[in-house]
Amino acid sequence: MRTLYLALKYIAILLWSAFVIFPFLWALTTSFKSANGVTGGATWIPWLQYEPSVGGWQALFGGAGGINVVQPFANSLIVTLTASAISITLGTLAAYALSRFSFKFLWMRNADITFFFISQRIMPPIVLAIPFFLMLRTLGLLDSLPGLILVYVALLMPIAVWVMVDFFNGVPRGLDEMAWMDGCDPITTFRRVILPNAVPGLVVAGMFCLIFGWNDFFFAFTLTFTQTQLLPVAIVSLNSSVTPWWALSAAALVSIAPLVVLAFLVERFLSKGGLAGAVR
Amino acid sequence: MLTIADLSLTEGKVTHLSGVSASFQPGTLTTILGRTGAGKTSLMRAIAGLLTPDSGRIALAGSDWTRLPPWRRPVAMVTQQFINYPHLNVRDNVAFPLVRAGVAKPQAAAKAEAALTRVGLASMMDRRPSELSGGQQQRVAIARALVKKAPVLLLDEPFVNLDYKLREAFREDLVELLATETGTTVLYASTEPREALQMGDQIILMAEGRIVQAGLPRTVFAAPASLTAAQVVNDPPINAIPFRQTDTADFGALGQHPLRLPPGTYTLGLRAADIRPGGPHQAEVTLTEVTGSETITHLRLSGQHLVMQEKSVVPRTLGDRLGVTLDLGAGLVFGTDGARVEV
Repeated sequence: MRTLYLALKYIAILLWSAFVIFPFLWALTTSFKSANGVTGGATWIPWLQYEPSVGGWQALFGGAGGINVVQPFANSLIVTLTASAISITLGTLAAYALSRFSFKFLWMRNADITFFFISQRIMPPIVLAIPFFLMLRTLGLLDSLPGLILVYVALLMPIAVWVMVDFFNGVPRGLDEMAWMDGCDPITTFRRVILPNAVPGLVVAGMFCLIFGWNDFFFAFTLTFTQTQLLPVAIVSLNSSVTPWWALSAAALVSIAPLVVLAFLVERFLSKGGLAGAVR
Repeated sequence: MLTIADLSLTEGKVTHLSGVSASFQPGTLTTILGRTGAGKTSLMRAIAGLLTPDSGRIALAGSDWTRLPPWRRPVAMVTQQFINYPHLNVRDNVAFPLVRAGVAKPQAAAKAEAALTRVGLASMMDRRPSELSGGQQQRVAIARALVKKAPVLLLDEPFVNLDYKLREAFREDLVELLATETGTTVLYASTEPREALQMGDQIILMAEGRIVQAGLPRTVFAAPASLTAAQVVNDPPINAIPFRQTDTADFGALGQHPLRLPPGTYTLGLRAADIRPGGPHQAEVTLTEVTGSETITHLRLSGQHLVMQEKSVVPRTLGDRLGVTLDLGAGLVFGTDGARVEV
């Protein structure tokens, strides 16, 4: 019975792994194919089943009929990292305040204010597009990295606040009080006691911000023209009357590479038990 | 001297503290005894600055603390929960308040190690709090409180979440540790009369946010000022038996007892140890519990609920009929206003 259970478990794991891995494998093999290789049916083994070609990759780095992804990649990195860092910093401070102090604005209390932050993510992006466009035009920041960073902060900070409020609510207040008793004022308490214990929450919030920021296409597309281009927009511009699957596949791999690296880096922080031993 | 004057605190409809006044001499241990919700923790939190009273004053050696934030008060506190910093190892946990106070790290670490040695954790200094048992975690919290050498040390039922045996052992260790803390004003909150009576140089009884009596433990136990005080300081709870005084004290079905009192209605406070098995009154056993080497038996006698305490383990069955003797002469008499009446 146990053997059957184990066999079924491993079969299920294998099937699921195949389901997850094959799209990557498909993208990897396709990125090394030429037009003929792509239209010749599903093939996986280079040299035997198809003749490998680096045309797809060349198209990403200034090759014929392609683009140069270096600048859009760098732009995406700058915008995503800067906006995420600002969002996490401000969002964490806001979340700590919302978790620890009572606020009152008109009829709104802490829970309403927290929801107010989140509500900005409930609206469809199109609702925000025109106001953002007009605001950036007024500020003279359309089609610029600072303009995009500003918009991304507005989009990412609610995520940071949402994740961190929930996390700080799980940090016992007794920990703050004990730090006060040990001579820490509220700011030192936050810096020396709460923040070091909030690393798992910060990692989760940071990951969400980086993923949402990196993957955004809509605002990157509507708020830029010619001067500034982010990676998702650059990849779409590869498309023409004939879909260059080989170049698109290479671009897909380039665009997911930072997120894969990120996933491996943060994996160890996501384990539970960060606050074990705080209050028993 | 730590002085508290007319401290009051109400939240919504709940009164946590009501006109609490007391003074505590340096170098003394005062136990604050009361049931859950009596206001012990509120009083300690107000002294620590974690609660702001609605009115009243807190002062140490003449310096007013009432509006001082907790991080500026020279107070150390150990709470019921075992609170430690999860991101720091045991040594750094204990050194933390010293480092915050500006002590150089090597000196702070040395003092922390000495404090940890005193609480028996010398071999665990490099562990994280999560790697310790509950008792060990609380020892870390105690070491952190002691290492500060604060003039006021607040211990809010520090052992209540430990098992019985460990609690006994910790209590003895703590008394030894505190004996060396000369000049420190120690306040120890407890719900256990026996613990409070054993540990304190003086005792304060609290009920419903008020101090109902303060004094030397022996005096407070022997002569509680009111029925409420008698109920707080006795464990098992004191039996409250109403009687009518005419020429003698008339206890109805429980008989009469010669007492000289003005005529009227009174309550006799009879300690559980003053009811003994064997005797003329036939009572029904409604509950029996063995605690350590004692037996506590709850009885129903002529419609009156009574508790009897015996210094031995006696197996009893619910519903058993049992003859008992009430030593009415050993009781304390309380008037209709609850105050004790001298007999």
